[in-house]
Amino acid sequence: MIMRAWGHFTGLDRARMIQESTIEPGSTKRYYWLDLWRYRELFRVLAWRDVSVRYKQTVIGFGWALVRPFLTMLVLTVVFGKIAGLPSEGAAPYALMVIAGILPWTFFSTSLSDASNSLVSNTNLITKVYFPRLIIPTAAVVVSFVDFLISFGIALVLMAWYQFLPSWQMLFLPLFLAIAFLASLGPALWVTMLNVKYRDFRYVIPFLVQFGLYVSPVGFSSKVIHEQWRLLYSINPMVGVIDGFRWCMLGGQSQIYLPALWLSLAVTAFFLWFGIRRFKTMERNIADLI
Amino acid sequence: MRYVFDTAIIVENVSKRYLIGHQSVEYEVYTTLRDVIAREARNFGRKAADFVRGRQIVQGDKIEEFWALKDINFEVKRGEVIGIVGRNGAGKSTLLKILSSITEPTTGRVRISGRVASLLEVGTGFHPELTGRENIYLNGAILGMTKTEVNRKFDEIVAFASVDRFLDTPVKRYSNGMAVRLGFAVAAHLEPEILVVDEVLAVGDAEFQKKCLGKMHSVATNENRTVLFVSHNLQAVQSLCDRAILLSDGRMVMQGATQPVVARYLGVGQYLAQGQSRLGQKVWSPDAAPGNSDFRLTAVRVLSPNGEPSGTLGTDGEVYVEFDFLVRRANTGLCVGFDLADAKGITLFRTYQTDLPQERWPPVKMGHNSWRCTIPKGFLNGGEFVVNPRIGIHNIFWLVHEDAVLRFQMVLNHGVSPLWNSLTAESRPGLVAPIFDWKSVEH
Repeated sequence: MIMRAWGHFTGLDRARMIQESTIEPGSTKRYYWLDLWRYRELFRVLAWRDVSVRYKQTVIGFGWALVRPFLTMLVLTVVFGKIAGLPSEGAAPYALMVIAGILPWTFFSTSLSDASNSLVSNTNLITKVYFPRLIIPTAAVVVSFVDFLISFGIALVLMAWYQFLPSWQMLFLPLFLAIAFLASLGPALWVTMLNVKYRDFRYVIPFLVQFGLYVSPVGFSSKVIHEQWRLLYSINPMVGVIDGFRWCMLGGQSQIYLPALWLSLAVTAFFLWFGIRRFKTMERNIADLI
Repeated sequence: MRYVFDTAIIVENVSKRYLIGHQSVEYEVYTTLRDVIAREARNFGRKAADFVRGRQIVQGDKIEEFWALKDINFEVKRGEVIGIVGRNGAGKSTLLKILSSITEPTTGRVRISGRVASLLEVGTGFHPELTGRENIYLNGAILGMTKTEVNRKFDEIVAFASVDRFLDTPVKRYSNGMAVRLGFAVAAHLEPEILVVDEVLAVGDAEFQKKCLGKMHSVATNENRTVLFVSHNLQAVQSLCDRAILLSDGRMVMQGATQPVVARYLGVGQYLAQGQSRLGQKVWSPDAAPGNSDFRLTAVRVLSPNGEPSGTLGTDGEVYVEFDFLVRRANTGLCVGFDLADAKGITLFRTYQTDLPQERWPPVKMGHNSWRCTIPKGFLNGGEFVVNPRIGIHNIFWLVHEDAVLRFQMVLNHGVSPLWNSLTAESRPGLVAPIFDWKSVEH
């Protein structure tokens, strides 16, 4: 009956219309990435949900995305710039240098902690519906991205205040933002899965983030680090990203130290590869463990 | 090539294993700090080892394998509506989770041709802070609808749920019923090729349930739609499904036309589980039987009207509770009876053979006796009940005073009115559900 009704379609059409799938133990979806693309609508909606819920029932709403980085900048500028008297990069005002570090760092750290908690906090979805699980941690990052865009306003205001004109390097900013995104995604994918299996990891990430603020060159310039340790220091992928941000935003005032950038990139790439690999293997059993 | 078009789902040898942990009894009585520390250290050692090997952490110190599903095989033709019935814990939900790719089978294989949408819960992913309107789009996307699809059906969904006045109110301010209605309304407007539905009709008030059932009818009768439907609501299964599958303890006991499968489910007893008390009977070996040297209780059974031991019965028939016992020395004060309690342990009633006028007491024979108590039809409510034997010598001592030696499940299906039938409820409020007389009175 159905065969006859479909008689006038070509074989190719049929293959497209009827989606075949096999569920077997240990089988990753054959079209893993295609599947991800098919669910882009859900990605969009989940990201939109997280963004619109973030500041509901708060008085200043998106103002929080301005207040937090602004106060952090104030504190770090006073502590490192005034009290400790550390040098800025070139002739750039210290506050501006600090904000160029805080913006990528905040983006990185909120992405990392939101994405790491994302699977556990979406338990009800995971146990009731199928979709490529990768959507959840990546959608969580979108929230940090929106925050980043808002906080960027502070940088613009500061630049106007100091009458500091950025130059062509500014065009490379999205590139470094993308690196920050990938640098947070890799470990986040791994940790969010571990979090499902071993709930210990929800204590690890806040600690790492708190710790990372001082280990990464947020409140100070990475030039302060002694030359012989510089490369080793750049194993922290955020060193390359923050240096990159400063290079973009402070124009000619900041030089980029290329070996460090390459090392940071390599570490980022490794964690991304590792994170996705671990995520893909653990994803299959997630509904039983969560 | 043929099966691609005629068969929507092929399930081959599917099994699913879970690991469950127990706290072994001997450790529970530990009292000294030293022992507690020793035990915790041992548990920590095991957990750490599991962590290093990347295995799942299981609480407790004894780990057991549990097969939620074992060797399931069946096929579903395109356009068929299949009901899956079975007691709680029979593996129905696990099966649906495997079919909808939420979890993978431990062994076996499922081949599916068509887009699957699963509806295992009403309103999955509803966010309390978002408004009704926003949640419709959110829930739609989660169930696999595109934005244009939701747009096209938006008015229908709102009308079906009748929440139009509250569209821009956050869902956290909704009553339970409203949220559920909205959830079902979105789900009801899904149009996948294969729909997997779990127990969603058991929500909302009676009127809304009727509406849902009607909607399910129209969804199911669409001839290109394949539907797998799990429910405890047997009348819904009977009216919706062409075929049914009976699961028990993770195994497929029967598949075929809906009527015989449901009948078997209701009267199944002996075919069902391996556990003795699940059979609708509990049998003791003579030396382990409760009682004393003069009296031994050897078996307790719950029987369906056809006299078969059964773990699940309909309220539209009598329930027989049978006691087998051995008497070695007769005592005129022997009272045989039981308490019937619900799953929470609340006693509905106690009954003894000695409640009857003395001339109707069954005679006590030396040796083997088998006595049967009849609980009338149309009396019990739906739900789980337990039998607590109360056997003793009148005013002297108890011979058997044990709780919950036998459990059985009642399915409420004795409604005779169009306004009360089991389409609308698994059970009524109250411990019993008798039908009483009503009439108008002239004064």
